[in-house]
Amino acid sequence: MLPAIPRLTRATAFCLAIFLCAWIGGHASAAEPTSGGTLSMILNPEPAVLAAGVNTSSPVYTVSPKIFEGLVTYDAKFKMLPQLATAWNVSADGRTMTFKLRPNVKWHDGKPFTSADVQYTFMEILKKVHSRGPATFLHLNAVQTPDPLTAVFRLAEPSPYVMRALAGAESPIMPKHIYEGTDPLKNPANLAPIGTGPFKFKEWQRGSHITLVRNPDYWDKPKPYLDTLIFRIIPDGAARAVALESGAVQYGTQYIVPLNDVQRLRSLPNLAVTTAGYEYNTSVNYMEFNLRRPYLQDRRVRQAIAHAINTDFLVKNVWFGFAEKATSPVTNKQADFHTNKVPQYPYDLKKAESLLDQAGLKRGADGTRFKVTIDWAPSGEMFRQTAEVLKQSLGRIGIPAEIRSSDNPTYLRRVWTDNDFDINIYSASNIADPVIGLQRFYWSKTIQKGVSYSNGSGYNNPAMDKLLESAQVENNPAKRKAMYADVQKLVMTDLPNMGLVYIQWFTIHDKKVKNLNTTGLGPYESFSSVYIEK
Amino acid sequence: MQGATQGAGRNRIVRFLVRRSAQAGLTLLAIAVLNFVIVHLAPGDAIDVLAGEFGGADAQYLDKLRRSYGLDQPIYVQLFQYLFNVVQLNLGFSFRNNMPVFDLIMTRLPATLLLMVASMLLSFTAGLLLGVFSARRVNTFADDAVSVLALLCYATPLFWFGLMAIVLFTVKLNLLPGNGMYTIGSNLGWFAATLDVARHLVLPACSLALFHMAVYTRLMRASMLEVYGLDYIRTARAKGLSQRRIAFRHVLPNAILPMVTMLGLQVGSLLGGAVLVETVFGWPGLGRLAFDAILQRDHNLLIGILLLGSALVVIANLITDLLYAWLDPRIEVA
Repeated sequence: MLPAIPRLTRATAFCLAIFLCAWIGGHASAAEPTSGGTLSMILNPEPAVLAAGVNTSSPVYTVSPKIFEGLVTYDAKFKMLPQLATAWNVSADGRTMTFKLRPNVKWHDGKPFTSADVQYTFMEILKKVHSRGPATFLHLNAVQTPDPLTAVFRLAEPSPYVMRALAGAESPIMPKHIYEGTDPLKNPANLAPIGTGPFKFKEWQRGSHITLVRNPDYWDKPKPYLDTLIFRIIPDGAARAVALESGAVQYGTQYIVPLNDVQRLRSLPNLAVTTAGYEYNTSVNYMEFNLRRPYLQDRRVRQAIAHAINTDFLVKNVWFGFAEKATSPVTNKQADFHTNKVPQYPYDLKKAESLLDQAGLKRGADGTRFKVTIDWAPSGEMFRQTAEVLKQSLGRIGIPAEIRSSDNPTYLRRVWTDNDFDINIYSASNIADPVIGLQRFYWSKTIQKGVSYSNGSGYNNPAMDKLLESAQVENNPAKRKAMYADVQKLVMTDLPNMGLVYIQWFTIHDKKVKNLNTTGLGPYESFSSVYIEK
Repeated sequence: MQGATQGAGRNRIVRFLVRRSAQAGLTLLAIAVLNFVIVHLAPGDAIDVLAGEFGGADAQYLDKLRRSYGLDQPIYVQLFQYLFNVVQLNLGFSFRNNMPVFDLIMTRLPATLLLMVASMLLSFTAGLLLGVFSARRVNTFADDAVSVLALLCYATPLFWFGLMAIVLFTVKLNLLPGNGMYTIGSNLGWFAATLDVARHLVLPACSLALFHMAVYTRLMRASMLEVYGLDYIRTARAKGLSQRRIAFRHVLPNAILPMVTMLGLQVGSLLGGAVLVETVFGWPGLGRLAFDAILQRDHNLLIGILLLGSALVVIANLITDLLYAWLDPRIEVA
């Protein structure tokens, strides 16, 4: 037992240190930015294309916003900040949105940026070939362009979430003159993109790196400060740690190195670790139940399993403090929607056993009740470790569990196409608004075979459907918040899935790199303000 | 008389090459079919992976992607389409990477060839020298030391060796670069650029060479000892030739044949080992491209790389057979 005490203290001190760093980072007065220099950052895995309009995977989400901009961006509290739009207005009925566009903006090939580009982007790209666009812009009937610097969105129903989905990473404005008349998915410009952003595409050496260079005609002079932005593709976790340690790269985001390595890197004099900049794109680690399985159809069984997992233990030992215990399916970073006034399932094995007994699943002669399998998303060791912790706990309440490990395509097909699983451990982003990031797990219409990260549990509750459908078109923010509070209550009562922890992703960077998190998008921002201290 | 024999020899080699090329063509076609079937047996396709990465896509969108990539066709239609393309030397299109497979492979092939050739030369030469050294001092301390070294190299996982080499030479000593193939963003002259690539090549080539160096060492030692026991070596000794002359002029040339066999085999296995080394050292080669293609179910790309790998092995075997005949006049190509 003895070694447990120092470890606990260390972990606490570590968390404190991180908070301190974030606090100091937030309060330090900004020095005068200096121009010039090259920022090398880690990118993993290698992206397929570089335009987030046609591919929303995370490496594309990181590179694309440096080249393509959105109409707006957001601060850490989701307040809209101007980018390609300088002003905006939503009509009282929520069915008209008017954007005033920034004048004198040029594409990287010198052509002027106009409202026609906005119209083309939303109607032809985001509504048609973006993975989430068809859902986000479902009610967007037309984009009118009364003049080159005005775009008017006409919506069939109020869609307040549209105003939360306009960041450069999520809804990049793309050049009509390059894409018109082509299949946007196969346009060669996806590999050598032309945008309006602070950095221009220079070269892509496959398997090695992507180089962007400063756009001298950028509208926000004297920005950008950096001359060159290099994305180094480094597939091995240990090699990434070495690259940061040796100073070969100065910036890495999300799951860069194994979590138990972070502490060591933090102690190096040249490196800093920060958790700021992940407000827009927040992830939750969920445990999902397959409601097609007879045992798991009983709500008491799901509640029993919920009582059997020690989330405090997960935060400390699996996530090394880079997570918070989850209280509801919506992360607490989304203050506009999160509530913790929902049923809770504290770690309590006795309660779990009594719930199972009530469900009529008494221990058999061999001490077991029934067997389950646990699948985990092969995107991080944390999910496998969580599965192992769950297996231990379930064993103690008489449910022997088998952990199944597989590669990503096998896993995705097993869970979301074949629905051949019992319990699934995975993470998913809450993406800006519940309509985009949350309802996909609980709406009966999102039980779609073959669609990964949709309603995989097969949860179908008319009361939930009604709540979600009325929240979609509710224009009053207070009423929306109340509706989503009801959604969270119902989720935590029915437990088709359960949030285990709110993941706190982190950035490791050289201390000389400044202005990294001026908005809530952090790594997914344009980097026009980032500079390297001389 | 002399000319006629030579002409017959040349004819025989031409006939041999023609027959072997035809066999190679059929072998490659069979490999293409086999690869296609095996690759498609793995659960999940490219669209499953894309859907997983995108998050929040809907079913119509995914259907559209499948149609657009031709993945909605029955599997036998896809197979015939693929073979039809391959026969025309068209390896198809990687939808995932938005590029023709051939172009994609060509961007990565030079890096892999460089790494392969460097590590083959290194392992062959080092193995040869160590083997000869060992055999000439058989059952001495030096021989045992070489054997232990070979055993260590044989048993060390090459990714582990790679990581340790990075820790020592890159992090601690700061002598050699541990990642990538060249210094990115530097404008060097051709000489400085070559030197830069060579510096980047040292650690990955050594890591990849280690295992085969051990094999060559043991092979060469055993082969040398076998030849040492033959009658004509006794004759050479009786003639009073020096030990050095016996070793290098009489034993070595006759002991080298198994090494050539091994060299042919090494070509195939190098591509496999390259995946690990390329991952650890961020080397932009084919091995990693293949590995990513598996994880992304980029079937066209994966089969393209496998086919190319098979072609490489077939060609290497052909060259090995020709080398045999050249090295040992008793062996004839037929």
